[in-house]
Amino acid sequence: MEHTAPPAWVMLAYLISGVFFILALRGLSSPATSQRGNRFGMAGMLIAVVTTLVTHDVASLPEIIGAIAIGGGIGWVTARKIAMTDMPQLVAAFHSLVGMAAVLVAAAAFLNPGAFGIVGEDGLINPVSRVEMGLGIAIGAITFSGSVIAFLKLAGKMSGAPILLPLRHVINLGTLAAILGLIGYFTVDQSPWIFWTITALAFLIGFLLIIPIGGADMPVVVSMLNSYSGWAAAAMGFTLHNTAMIITGALVGSSGAILSYIMCKAMNRSFISVIAGGFGAEAAVSSGEAKEQRPWKRGSAEDAAYMMQQAESVIIVPGYGMAVAQAQHILREMADVLKKQGVSVKYAIHPVAGRMPGHMNVLLAEASVPYDEVFELEDINSEFAQADVAFIIGANDVVNPAAKTDKTSPIYGMPVFDVDKAKTVFFVKRSMGGVGYAGVDNDVFYMDQTMMLLADAKKMCEDIVKALQH
Amino acid sequence: MIACWRKGSIMDFISILSIFVMACFVGYYVVWSVTPALHTPLMAVTNAISSVIIVGALIAAAAGGSLTAKWLGLIAVALASVNIFGGFAVTARMLAMYKKKER
Repeated sequence: MEHTAPPAWVMLAYLISGVFFILALRGLSSPATSQRGNRFGMAGMLIAVVTTLVTHDVASLPEIIGAIAIGGGIGWVTARKIAMTDMPQLVAAFHSLVGMAAVLVAAAAFLNPGAFGIVGEDGLINPVSRVEMGLGIAIGAITFSGSVIAFLKLAGKMSGAPILLPLRHVINLGTLAAILGLIGYFTVDQSPWIFWTITALAFLIGFLLIIPIGGADMPVVVSMLNSYSGWAAAAMGFTLHNTAMIITGALVGSSGAILSYIMCKAMNRSFISVIAGGFGAEAAVSSGEAKEQRPWKRGSAEDAAYMMQQAESVIIVPGYGMAVAQAQHILREMADVLKKQGVSVKYAIHPVAGRMPGHMNVLLAEASVPYDEVFELEDINSEFAQADVAFIIGANDVVNPAAKTDKTSPIYGMPVFDVDKAKTVFFVKRSMGGVGYAGVDNDVFYMDQTMMLLADAKKMCEDIVKALQH
Repeated sequence: MIACWRKGSIMDFISILSIFVMACFVGYYVVWSVTPALHTPLMAVTNAISSVIIVGALIAAAAGGSLTAKWLGLIAVALASVNIFGGFAVTARMLAMYKKKER
């Protein structure tokens, strides 16, 4: 069956769909335009699906509608029910589905190439298409198995600790080389065994690549898998000569790559060292050292309430610990009471404050914190010097001055908030014993102007609100 | 080996590659313009749109010829649909939470 070019309107329809996807991302440049952007995305998808259905002889419409209904129903219900704290594992699970869909489509294209218009005059699959299919199924399979591991680690169904196999770099590089070699060989010999071996090796490498990566690096991993899911879609777009898929693949691929870069920069880690894995294993060892006892001051909810009422400006630095304690709603109430009393309140968000890029912003938005009171690290860091109070809740490493001064510290070089410049610092923490992800002590605890508020984050905020209302 | 790569298919490939390369640049600039506060919705919506792979799944599911390919296609349609409906719905849910200060 020779590949005939589809009518012009079909190609235009896919192009429009691709442009709508660009507009969907463009809308996210500000919260005000974001919802319109999302609707562009939905319209683009509708155009792509309808165009495909009307231009193919659909022999099985009831089955297709059934499949869409089942899948769509599951997706819809999940999206309604999911807690915002669980967003990272949801996104990882969704990535795995894109990966699996890519694998299945590539497999279907291999089994029934005529339907995809990729058969050459000699009756064999076009060599170019074979490379595209090979890449598509390999990236799809890596995305699938990698995302499954990321999901299990994020959901706490598997230990976040890195699993380090001996010789893992040799095994990984060897497997990757074998996949690429087989894809190359696939262009001259389209035997099924080559195709299925590529698939099996790709599933394996996705699994091997993610198991040595520790829980703290999961934001990078989720972003990276986001990128892969895009490249998988792009590879299949090449096979199908479909503009919508190619544009989308490029967009998603760039998006994931940029988010990985931003996350790596925020942790001052190189991408290679994250991928090589093992972070978190060394940190666990260093936290075992005996620490010198240094004096620190303990404050009460009443102290915090009094000082913040007297203050002109308060900057709140929330970390993931706040979300774990479910303190975001009461924290917002505390800020509301302070604002009513004429205090300026701002929130300072570190890029790694949550479990995925932008996670903390969503958690605060859910608690009805207005987005124009929430600031990114580089936009607010200079304001700590003028702030009367820095209120740190559930964060630790992101305010640790050792990142600026101590070259031996594991977090050295990571951008941190200059909370040490604020006139008064309140540090909400469960106890003095625990340390952050990186397992390092924090000089902020022992500063003259610091008062430790040792309690559960939610309980402490409740007590402060009570004290403020007296 | 190159001889069997028909001239037409090479030209097709190059034109598609051009679209891809341009789209990578567009993606680069568009994504950098996304405000960091919306990075989580960005991931959710890119997830939803990367399920445009459903186009390939529909072609496989619609075609006759291979029953296995058809069923693989149908499963892929279902998986991609989870993502499309789930991805757009969860993005819409998150975006609805972002509110400005009441003045």
